[in-house]
Amino acid sequence: MREADTAWIETALTSARPQAVGALLRYFRDLDTAEEAFQNACLRALKTWPQNGPPRDPAAWLIMVGRNVAIDEVRRTRKQQPLPEDDQAISDLDDAEGALAERLDGSHYRDDILRLMFICCHPQLPATQQIALALRIVSGLTVKQIARAFLVSDAAMEQRITRAKAKVAEAGTPFETPGAIERSGRLAGVAAMIYLIFNEGYSASGDTAEIRKPLCEEAIRLARLLLRLFQSEPEIMGLTALILLQHARSDARFAKDGSLILLDDQDRSLWNRTMIAEGLALIDKAMRHRRSGPYQIQAAIAALHARASTPEETDWTQIDLLYGALEVVQPSPVVTLNRAVAVSKVRGPQAALDLIEPLAPKLANYFHFYGVRGAFLMQLGRNDEARIAFDRAIALANTSAEAAHIRMHIDRLIRDSQPKGGGARQGAKVD
Amino acid sequence: MDRLQNKRSGKVLPMLYAILCYHDEDFVGSWSKDQDEAVMKKLAVVQDKLTQQGRLGPVARLLPTTAAATLRKEDPPLVLDGPYAETKEQLLGFYIVDCKNLDEALDVARDLGSANPGGAYEVRPVGVFRPGGISA
Repeated sequence: MREADTAWIETALTSARPQAVGALLRYFRDLDTAEEAFQNACLRALKTWPQNGPPRDPAAWLIMVGRNVAIDEVRRTRKQQPLPEDDQAISDLDDAEGALAERLDGSHYRDDILRLMFICCHPQLPATQQIALALRIVSGLTVKQIARAFLVSDAAMEQRITRAKAKVAEAGTPFETPGAIERSGRLAGVAAMIYLIFNEGYSASGDTAEIRKPLCEEAIRLARLLLRLFQSEPEIMGLTALILLQHARSDARFAKDGSLILLDDQDRSLWNRTMIAEGLALIDKAMRHRRSGPYQIQAAIAALHARASTPEETDWTQIDLLYGALEVVQPSPVVTLNRAVAVSKVRGPQAALDLIEPLAPKLANYFHFYGVRGAFLMQLGRNDEARIAFDRAIALANTSAEAAHIRMHIDRLIRDSQPKGGGARQGAKVD
Repeated sequence: MDRLQNKRSGKVLPMLYAILCYHDEDFVGSWSKDQDEAVMKKLAVVQDKLTQQGRLGPVARLLPTTAAATLRKEDPPLVLDGPYAETKEQLLGFYIVDCKNLDEALDVARDLGSANPGGAYEVRPVGVFRPGGISA
């Protein structure tokens, strides 16, 4: 068997995993048993698929084989205990596949996958553990792959996942079929978890962006999967659109030396038009529901950037309005801070500065606050105050990438404040 | 039966076939970038040959079904999220239309639907489109 063929089998196993592990979890009601059963089924697949060809429905095959292998295990340890009739009927692997495909209840499948995703976002788990657990049990990434994406040692990641699993087991898994309100609560939790996975990859610095990119891609895959299961949820459309539109810029976000390139300076021809098209189509769909929400609004903001073929074409007035709407549904000083950037473009730096001054006590330790404040001061020609703000920002930066980011703002503003071509520019408004 | 020939001019009339692509979206969506590119490269070899022979018409790769909406041609027409998922109707044709957004595409579908009621139109954005050209 050629190596290339194994790669295809692995892709098939990866794509079948959420459904298969989800169903096995419902069946065994224990995460470790479900994972082990899936693992054994995968080993069986790697042995038999190359000879027999892949089955028509890989997920159904894996669920059935996983169940049978685990039941055989129980039989061996419990010494010939008789099996329930239902299981004997499908213990013959060769001709049972067709029958099983029908037996697998389509309506279970949605809730199986949702449950599997949902147990990862237990509120007692810190964000990093939620992400690690989801990547391990939903996506099936190896501990080594996850450790690499998180830039920690394998042992540390192993420990993090073990702890997370212990907490999940302690909390107990809800196996009853969720009602409408409960289901929408689970969806919201899972959406937040998927966005965390995305951001874990997206917030990487230039030197680690390539290593962490799979996190973004995995988040997109999970979001599409969730949306396929819940086709009429506008916020899931919004989430999927948001991460697609952000990820579309990934090839333009870093310079060769690894430094971040600001949105205004990016080579927009490097943006992925296909991803943008998908993101825009999803926003169009979501808007039809007239049930706005934070992901849809953020996606709409990202869409306005994506639609502008040059920074000058950006519709800042609309972005200002959308941030205003976001402040209503998800009030946060960081949202107001982002809105201020749009305000500075529409109504000038003084209006923007007035908007953010009241945020100072809440954002006293947020480096980005001082970066933005410094930028507005500089646009107003209050250069000494701007310097102080920038210095404060650099002092508060958590990483060298953040500090470099602020320095870049400084460089840019120095460059922009120099007169271009024929005569000095108006200081009140920047492009 | 071979293709038709115009008796007067002796010209061979083109006989066009549509080849519709079906696959497991979960599986294709799990391809790595390298796997995807490898498949596209192999397909390009086949497509290039057909292009050189002047036999290749439009080629389209559709965006995922999650980006689709479906217009049921009832009275009044009903728009549903997601792809066309019934099995009791069959694919009979398709259009490629330039639209600025989904609403415009749905308007086109409604116009078509009022001319030909019954059944449904799935409206799906196109990711890759090559217009091609048939020279026969």
